Amino acid sequence: MKKFVKPLLPMVVAATTAMTFSASALAEWSPRKPIEMIIMAGTGGGADQIARLIQGLIEKKDLSPRPVIPINKPGGSGAEALRYLQDKAGDDHTVLVTLNSFYTTPVIQKDLGVDVSKFTPIGRMAIDNFLLWVHTDDKDITDLDSYVAAVKAAGIDWKVGGTGSGQEDSILTAMMEKEFGYDVTYIPFPGGGTVAKNLVGKHINSTVNNPAEQNEFYRAGNTKPLVQFTAERLPAYPDIPTAKELGIDIEYYMQRSLNGPPGMSADAQAWYIDLFKQVFESDEWQQFCVDDGLDCGEWSAGDDLAEFHTVQLKRHVDLIEAVGAAAITGE
Amino acid sequence: MDSVLALLGAGILEALQPLNLTMIIIGCAVGLLVGAMPGLGSVNGVAILLPITFLVPPTSAIIFLAAIYYGAMYGGAISSITLGIPGASTAVATVFDGRPLAQSGQADKALTAAAIASFIGGTISVVLFTLFAPPLASFALKFGPPEEFALMLLAFATFIGLGGDDIPKTIFSILIGLVLATIGLDIISGKPRLIFGDISGFMHGINFLVLAIGIYGIGEMLWTLETSQGKVTVHKVKMSFRSLINNIKEVKSYIGTTTLGSVLGYFVGTLPAAGATPASLMSYGLAKTFSKDPDSFGKGNVAGVAAPEAANNAASTGSMLPMITLGIPGSPTTAILLGGMIIWGLRPGPLLFTEHPDFVWGLIGSLYIANFVTLIINLAFIPVFVKVLTMPFTILAPVIYILCIVGGYAPTQTMHDVWLMFLFGIVGYLLRKLNYPVAPAVLAIVLGPLAERSLRQSLLASHGDFSTFVTRPISGTCVFLAVLLIAYPVYLKYKKRKAAAAAAV
Repeated sequence: MKKFVKPLLPMVVAATTAMTFSASALAEWSPRKPIEMIIMAGTGGGADQIARLIQGLIEKKDLSPRPVIPINKPGGSGAEALRYLQDKAGDDHTVLVTLNSFYTTPVIQKDLGVDVSKFTPIGRMAIDNFLLWVHTDDKDITDLDSYVAAVKAAGIDWKVGGTGSGQEDSILTAMMEKEFGYDVTYIPFPGGGTVAKNLVGKHINSTVNNPAEQNEFYRAGNTKPLVQFTAERLPAYPDIPTAKELGIDIEYYMQRSLNGPPGMSADAQAWYIDLFKQVFESDEWQQFCVDDGLDCGEWSAGDDLAEFHTVQLKRHVDLIEAVGAAAITGE
Repeated sequence: MDSVLALLGAGILEALQPLNLTMIIIGCAVGLLVGAMPGLGSVNGVAILLPITFLVPPTSAIIFLAAIYYGAMYGGAISSITLGIPGASTAVATVFDGRPLAQSGQADKALTAAAIASFIGGTISVVLFTLFAPPLASFALKFGPPEEFALMLLAFATFIGLGGDDIPKTIFSILIGLVLATIGLDIISGKPRLIFGDISGFMHGINFLVLAIGIYGIGEMLWTLETSQGKVTVHKVKMSFRSLINNIKEVKSYIGTTTLGSVLGYFVGTLPAAGATPASLMSYGLAKTFSKDPDSFGKGNVAGVAAPEAANNAASTGSMLPMITLGIPGSPTTAILLGGMIIWGLRPGPLLFTEHPDFVWGLIGSLYIANFVTLIINLAFIPVFVKVLTMPFTILAPVIYILCIVGGYAPTQTMHDVWLMFLFGIVGYLLRKLNYPVAPAVLAIVLGPLAERSLRQSLLASHGDFSTFVTRPISGTCVFLAVLLIAYPVYLKYKKRKAAAAAAV
């Protein structure tokens, strides 16, 4: 009998300790299967690049016990992704990488039945910026004035490429149409990468792509920025004026945040907030932001982000009302 | 040119370093497995393996990812041929003739042809990449929406001849596929279409693999059940070294279609919109249209296996070009490669070629070595793959059903798609009973969304003027070729009828 008990004792102790540990581990949620990271845009665009960088950083730093799998659902200006998340209500293994179409698409497409204020806010990774780009072969276009003149001369033959009706760039395009009193033809593509390619190939005349989507073509001398829609000049583009400097009251940003489906458990939300905060604070992420003209100064998460979403949602409803939903969808 | 050759040589040498070679061998083997499992999908496979890449230097990591990508391209053919279930969308065309060959006890012949054609496709595309990468990169830029649409038109045209003599039935089948392709959210306005009230499963459209696995996996099983009446059939497959040599020697019977398929596959692959799936389908269509014996296609013609396999491997090398120069990945797996590049600080773009030539050519060199390694692994394992077919039908059939269900569930992870897959299986079986060709419908659901998007973008740009497709030189040429391709089988049929009439008199 004694023979039995002796080796058994440490096992019992170990088992008890393990139970206490697992009890505390239960309170601290962690994923039990691969995490789906839904991207509401196509491959190669800004959101896609960010999602894939985040995936890589999580793996590299071994931040998650389960892999993160990026999945592109670009359909209908993000409608496909939003609806997918809505239908995943209560799921703890799905997160969404957002663009501003997170706000605009449900407003423009009411029959989609998506209410983003019910989604679970996790964390804001960056604020992205917009610039106006044309091909470098358009030698006559050197600044905003010559651009507006060229667009007015071309009329509806002027083709602006973007990532979808109702997507943030279409709103910015509609804001410019209203400001300058011209009418352009807006052509939607599945992602910012494809837009950039079509601008370089001269199938479109201009775009308001994000810096990350256009930077390599700028460095290669294929495309040039004319104006930036920011409050101050970005460090990456010190010589390009802002719209405000030119007396045009257009300032527009895009949040890049992570959100869970409606009804994600609070424990899971807390775990994801911690996860993405570590990514946000990494040197690699901060360096990416500097190189690609994103603003990553301030981390915002949970309720703070929810408040930010509420303000932005209101702003976009107003914006859509001001320019008219028809101007955005082109109907 | 000399410098390019030197760089490629250095890249190949780099790939032959012990660590890199090990990564290639592991990557190819894993890729083969991942590609052969229907629905497992290289996306999940690669994502799970991504951590391994952080244990080795960046070059080895990219080489590893490229080897998986390449191995999966070969692996898709294995389940297409042995089980009749396409492992990946790129391997659907391989089912058309691969499966009949396997059923007639010639699986080894089909597998050898697939492996060799893939190797030839890979080799030709690496040569083309080395010679023409920079000019092709600027050529790809000339492809705007009208050109893309004209190319899709060309792809459809290659399939008119596919349905055999019955052209109306082929067109009907294409139209069914096009209608299925419109289900889901409208690509331009984002409004839902044909979602049958509000069934959310239809929101994301019909997944192509769900249709292909339904028609080929389930439909095929139903068909076999009917013809065998549940009788236990055992395929006898003789495998010896001599038969392997004989199978390899048969390459001369399909070298022409393989070469054509490789060149076509490479060019289609370099266009950002297309990718390996359209390339393989077009290559199959062309092989049949220009074959001396088109009637044998779909019934077990080795050239029908070689043509799509050569094209999909060539296209997978070709699609590296838009990824490197434009940052537009052609497939979910290349998107992961792109992610890898971003993490290691390599930004895809027009400057990558000049700023990081060692990386670009190292990648291409490793693709070439991976090509070679996969050929050897593949040929060595053909006897094992063929063994699958010697299993009694009573065991094989449930296994196939389970693989089909897994394959139908995996892409979207909803039961909705599993039911849909069974429905397609039954419809596919009925269509076959009524003698309708199903391949054109499969083609239409792949190309439909691409064609619709480019058509609508073109018409938006031209304000509704259709002449934009013929006035632009590249799209005009494609449209012209498409018309010729449609006219050719019609002409052949007319000639045949005339000859028959003359013989009757």
